[in-house]
Amino acid sequence: MLSGRKERIWTPYLLFLPTLIFLAVFVGYPLLKTFGLIFISESGKPSFRNFITLMQDSTFWKALKYTLLFLFTIVPLQVLLAFLFALFVNRRFKGYMMILYIIALPLALSDVSAALLSYNIFTSHGFLNKFLLKLGVVEIPILFFGLGLSSRAFWVIVLTEVWRATPLVFVILLAGLQVISKDYLEAGDVFGFSGWQKFFHLTLPMVMPSLQSALLIRTLFAFKIFGVVWLLAGRDLPVLAGEAYYNQAELFNPPIAATYGFVIVIICTLISWAYITIFKSRYLEE
Amino acid sequence: MENLIALKTNRIPWALKIRGVLTILVAIFIGVWFLTPLVLITISAFASPRDYYQIEKVIPTHFTVEHFHALFFELEGWQAMLNSLKVVGLTILFSFTVGLPASYALSRYKFRGKSFLKLSMLASRMFPVMILAIPLLIIYMKIGLSDTIYGVALAHTIMVLPLIILVSASILASVSVDYEEAAMIFGLSRIHAFLKITLPLALPGLVASAILAFIISWNEVFIATILNLTNRTLPAHIFRSAMDSPDYFKFTAGFIMSIPAVIFIFFVRKHLVTMWGISLK
Repeated sequence: MLSGRKERIWTPYLLFLPTLIFLAVFVGYPLLKTFGLIFISESGKPSFRNFITLMQDSTFWKALKYTLLFLFTIVPLQVLLAFLFALFVNRRFKGYMMILYIIALPLALSDVSAALLSYNIFTSHGFLNKFLLKLGVVEIPILFFGLGLSSRAFWVIVLTEVWRATPLVFVILLAGLQVISKDYLEAGDVFGFSGWQKFFHLTLPMVMPSLQSALLIRTLFAFKIFGVVWLLAGRDLPVLAGEAYYNQAELFNPPIAATYGFVIVIICTLISWAYITIFKSRYLEE
Repeated sequence: MENLIALKTNRIPWALKIRGVLTILVAIFIGVWFLTPLVLITISAFASPRDYYQIEKVIPTHFTVEHFHALFFELEGWQAMLNSLKVVGLTILFSFTVGLPASYALSRYKFRGKSFLKLSMLASRMFPVMILAIPLLIIYMKIGLSDTIYGVALAHTIMVLPLIILVSASILASVSVDYEEAAMIFGLSRIHAFLKITLPLALPGLVASAILAFIISWNEVFIATILNLTNRTLPAHIFRSAMDSPDYFKFTAGFIMSIPAVIFIFFVRKHLVTMWGISLK
């Protein structure tokens, strides 16, 4: 009619062309470069030296350990807290919009600002210590940051990350809860389901997709944890992304930095792949 | 039996009351939990250093704006903020110029490989883009893009492009094809029909997705710190200098970074759940 057959076939691909070119130049080429950095030695021969160096470095294993520790402490807390908040707000009591906005406030905060907010509370002259001193609970300020105090700093970081990122999970889960039709819950009432039964047999299965994607997103983000840890604990608590940064920006050692980055990519790819296959197979079963 | 009914009718108001009280308690807890750090950073940002270092003074009584002045004009905060704004603006410009045609294709055409392209956009959302900063720096040094705001903006575009494409596609899809086709029957070309009819109708939604890009780019610190040494963005500047500065500067810096983000959320609050819930998935 208005457009010939030829235009119809080629137009969508032409429209996608700028995106594909951009991604090829800014993702594809740098990725190749990364492989070159990691697997080709200075003399131009293929080599696994960087990888082996990393595997033999105890800092790498420490960084992996702390990244996983952060992941397994922060993510479950975030998802649980966000889910409780979402269930609470979804009851739509009087003034629930107000609570929704308050929960959403940290949504756009960066990890750098969250770290500074947290420092303001937990440092030796911070609000927490001054408050406790005033109450007479402690006689000298409790130190949370510094040499040999990394286990305290660990929990401050956990608290900061839970505070900052719970809203991100909350928004996903609330959106998932809001699309659940009221009819199902009313049907549950008709069949005499108790509140708990309705939750476990109706609400929970129906928000499951949102819960899963929230879990995936936060898990992937946990491997990129960097800003908060770097500012509050430095390298006392090494993490993978932090070591990549340290090797690049402080030691000017791009091959090792790239190898750290490569490890993060591999882990993230494996997790996403596992997630997609599990998710897809379940989808096909239904 | 009668007793039981009496008991039940008696208990319902009680149960409701307990519920009401519980709701208020939880609401208060949520309010305190989320607002306290923001209130405290505001107090500390304006507190005079002397009050801060007095250990027995919990709430400062003397306030000053000197730190703001120092941070902005002596410690290059102003320049960093301008850099940040430029990077954000360029990121939005690049990602829409490159991505909008793709979202149009996703929203208006059926074609072979469409679901594959959609899936790869989703998958690239999961890719840890930050690690590309390391090879990008080497490439940038060769072509003269290192230490420029353009380099950072292009790197940020990688992060937001898939998101912009997917969100904009769903927004464009919500604008009916009929208007566009009607315009084409009246003799407008497809491009004109899009620019004159669909784009204005989709604009509010597209602004909301631009806001997403704004926040991602404004907050990004890893790439910005690695790529630029002198032309640093605000988060990168603060990230590099905060821990070597006196505490009161840290708090003022924290305040300067947090408050725009909070005000931002206040203005987009109406779109929050509908838009973000979908796009963050």
